Amino acid sequence: MSRLASLAALAGVALSTPAAHAQLAVRGETVYTMAGAPIRDGVVLIRGGRIERVGPASQVPVPAGYRVLTARVVTPGLVDAHSVVGLAGLLGQPHDQDQLDRTDAIQPELRAVDAYNASDELVAWLRGHGVTTVHTGHGPGALASGQTMVVKTRGDDVGEALVDSATMVAFTLGPSVASNYRTPGTRARGVAMLRNEFLKAREYERKRRAGGQAPDLRMEALLDVLERRRPALVTAQRTTEILAALRLAREFGFKLVLDGAAEAYRVTDEIRRADVPVILHPTMVRTSGETENATLETAKILRDAGIVVALQSGFEGYVPKTRVVLFEAAVAAANGLGVENALRTVTIDAARVIGMERRVGSLEPGKDGDLALFDGDPFEYTTHVCAVVIEGQVVSETCR
Amino acid sequence: MKRTLVPLLLLAAGVAVPLAAQERAQVFRGATLIPVASAPIPNGILVVQGGKIVAVGGADTPVPADAEVHDVSGRTIMPGLVDTHSHIGGGDGGDQSAPLHPSVRILDTIDPRDDGILRARAGGVTTVNVMPGSGLLMSGQTAYLKLRDGNAIDDLLFCRDTLREICGGLKMANGTNPRGATPHPGTRGRAAAIIRDRFIKARDHRDRVRAAAGDPKKLPARDLELETLVEVLEGRRTVHFHTHRADDILTVLRLAQEFGFRVVLHHVSEGWKVADRIAAARVPASITVIDAPGGKLEAAEFSATTGMALERAGAEVGLHTDDGITDSRFFLRSAALAVRNGMSREGALRSVTLAGARILGMQDRIGSLERGKDADFVVLSGDPFSVYTHVEQTWIEGRKLFDRADPEQRKLAVGGYGVFRGGALHVHEGEEGHR
Repeated sequence: MSRLASLAALAGVALSTPAAHAQLAVRGETVYTMAGAPIRDGVVLIRGGRIERVGPASQVPVPAGYRVLTARVVTPGLVDAHSVVGLAGLLGQPHDQDQLDRTDAIQPELRAVDAYNASDELVAWLRGHGVTTVHTGHGPGALASGQTMVVKTRGDDVGEALVDSATMVAFTLGPSVASNYRTPGTRARGVAMLRNEFLKAREYERKRRAGGQAPDLRMEALLDVLERRRPALVTAQRTTEILAALRLAREFGFKLVLDGAAEAYRVTDEIRRADVPVILHPTMVRTSGETENATLETAKILRDAGIVVALQSGFEGYVPKTRVVLFEAAVAAANGLGVENALRTVTIDAARVIGMERRVGSLEPGKDGDLALFDGDPFEYTTHVCAVVIEGQVVSETCR
Repeated sequence: MKRTLVPLLLLAAGVAVPLAAQERAQVFRGATLIPVASAPIPNGILVVQGGKIVAVGGADTPVPADAEVHDVSGRTIMPGLVDTHSHIGGGDGGDQSAPLHPSVRILDTIDPRDDGILRARAGGVTTVNVMPGSGLLMSGQTAYLKLRDGNAIDDLLFCRDTLREICGGLKMANGTNPRGATPHPGTRGRAAAIIRDRFIKARDHRDRVRAAAGDPKKLPARDLELETLVEVLEGRRTVHFHTHRADDILTVLRLAQEFGFRVVLHHVSEGWKVADRIAAARVPASITVIDAPGGKLEAAEFSATTGMALERAGAEVGLHTDDGITDSRFFLRSAALAVRNGMSREGALRSVTLAGARILGMQDRIGSLERGKDADFVVLSGDPFSVYTHVEQTWIEGRKLFDRADPEQRKLAVGGYGVFRGGALHVHEGEEGHR
């Protein structure tokens, strides 16, 4: 959190103080805490932005002075494990598309914090649908497109939204890179270029330790990955790319998070043996090109194989401009995963995969007071998100 | 559609007897029937024979003694879905050589074996308006397809003679998509002027043909483009107009009024702003329901409440997939999202069935479960608007053309394993549904 504190200070933003937050009690006919069985007629108390108590209404009285919200179903605020929201803007016009820089296929030094538009309407769109935490940043399409970050879907600027300023470094394997850059023109050359760049980063580190090496942002960003300070988020859809990502992780010893992974169901043994989590493509991803073999059941297949799965809204180049993980998890739930396991993919498991499980993803004392309130089964098409709470503040009260 | 069914069945039976005499009636017993044209019937009976619906009613509906009975208790049966705007089939349309391509027919380029057709059936879709794209002011003639099995496009068309009959509508577009360098319009004003100019010429052509009164010496030369536009002027061919922004929607209404053509508004992202005007013009709308706004300037103010706004204003509202913008397998989801955003259940059910049929001018034949209509229906595992409901079977003209219980066909519903490259579609010789 030192990173957060320093960045917030840089942005001239005061860190949240307990006085800034109302005391809130949220009562639900069903409360999915994601830390144990759902609670019937449960209460969540929030104070100072943090969860104070969680339990059955019979055991958790609401203290005087607390504002009370009620709902049929309460869940933790949803966590979108990978998005480009805030960088790939609503309009889809050149001036609001900052998710990919096309000057160079390898640019791990680009930071999401320098490109995030907290005011983009898509951020509010996700918030209105219960999404309170988003892992966002530079998108797929470059060998190394930049660094990702974690934000809450609130605030007028990145400083107010920020949770973690540098979470992962985003890489992409596969044919999409060749369509964005002069080189690599093939998938194999892409892997060779990445290996070469990681070797250069090792050499850079050797020289730096020896002294006299001028600092280099690109090399520093790759070193963060090589020295396991942050994971490599590797977008790999086809089996060949997934296996190449696993091979790279073995060679260089970095922490790997697989992204997209449309054909992951064909190589579950390899993924599980490597103990790699998967941020799966949106369940309703278009089945064309690299994703033509996507299935609606992949989340279930991976979970059954013992692989940690989170869902993502992903990148959309056209209409709709973003997907909503609530909708994607719903379809996964209905295609074998079941309600509670599908909820995991957009709450606690998503939080774990992005390293934020100490703050978000479940309703437990001490965690952030982030909640989504529904007027029925969260996944039913005709159910609405009727309130959203971020750190104790009610940020949305319109049923959507 | 005995035209297509008879030869197949005769081939199988090896004898020349009329279809109806040869085929047993099929009875579907125990499902909740949603006829759309009337109130739902719990524990109902649906009887089909000869590709048509013979009876729809409650548990006491009489059934033929020799009928084949399907127990569908606990299920829901509704009419086959009508998708008024789709791009399945791999067809194309006009090119960049001109802004208007009224003589270009998408039916000349559709692959009747395209796996998009199989995918659509897995979503319960039985009738589709397949359209060329929106990158031109007028990109060509659309094709109305029944998603039967077929080797040639003729097997799927509603029309019987592609030279003498009208087999679809005419795709037009305004707003930003059709803009471009000359000869394409650079502004909205020029776009409207190009359209008006051509329809004025079509009027003149129509008048000359009428004046000739059949005299070959007086008839003007054949002109495929103007002949198509005359069909539009005479109200025989429907214009399907891609239009998003409120002002562009009103421009379409203005053109339709000037030339008296029958038009359907498509997409209508800002329809919620001008719902009353659309309803007052008695122009139907076919709308896309997407998960988020944006992606292009004109969709920035998209609202999923447009369906509700148009319904309340009294307009005819159909939904469409615009496949691949949304996937045909999720067409019922679009209707459910319309309900989530304020449309009535009845209106939403109608929007993917009978309203679509009316939009395509085929309400006498499809769109509801009524005696005499085509036996196009979907067997659902539960409520049509629930995420947990699956399309179990899709029947077209009395033939089961999708069955989720078949492991091979199930892949069409869930995807993967090369299914959309033909990898999972084994050939089942003589088996109903897959040849």
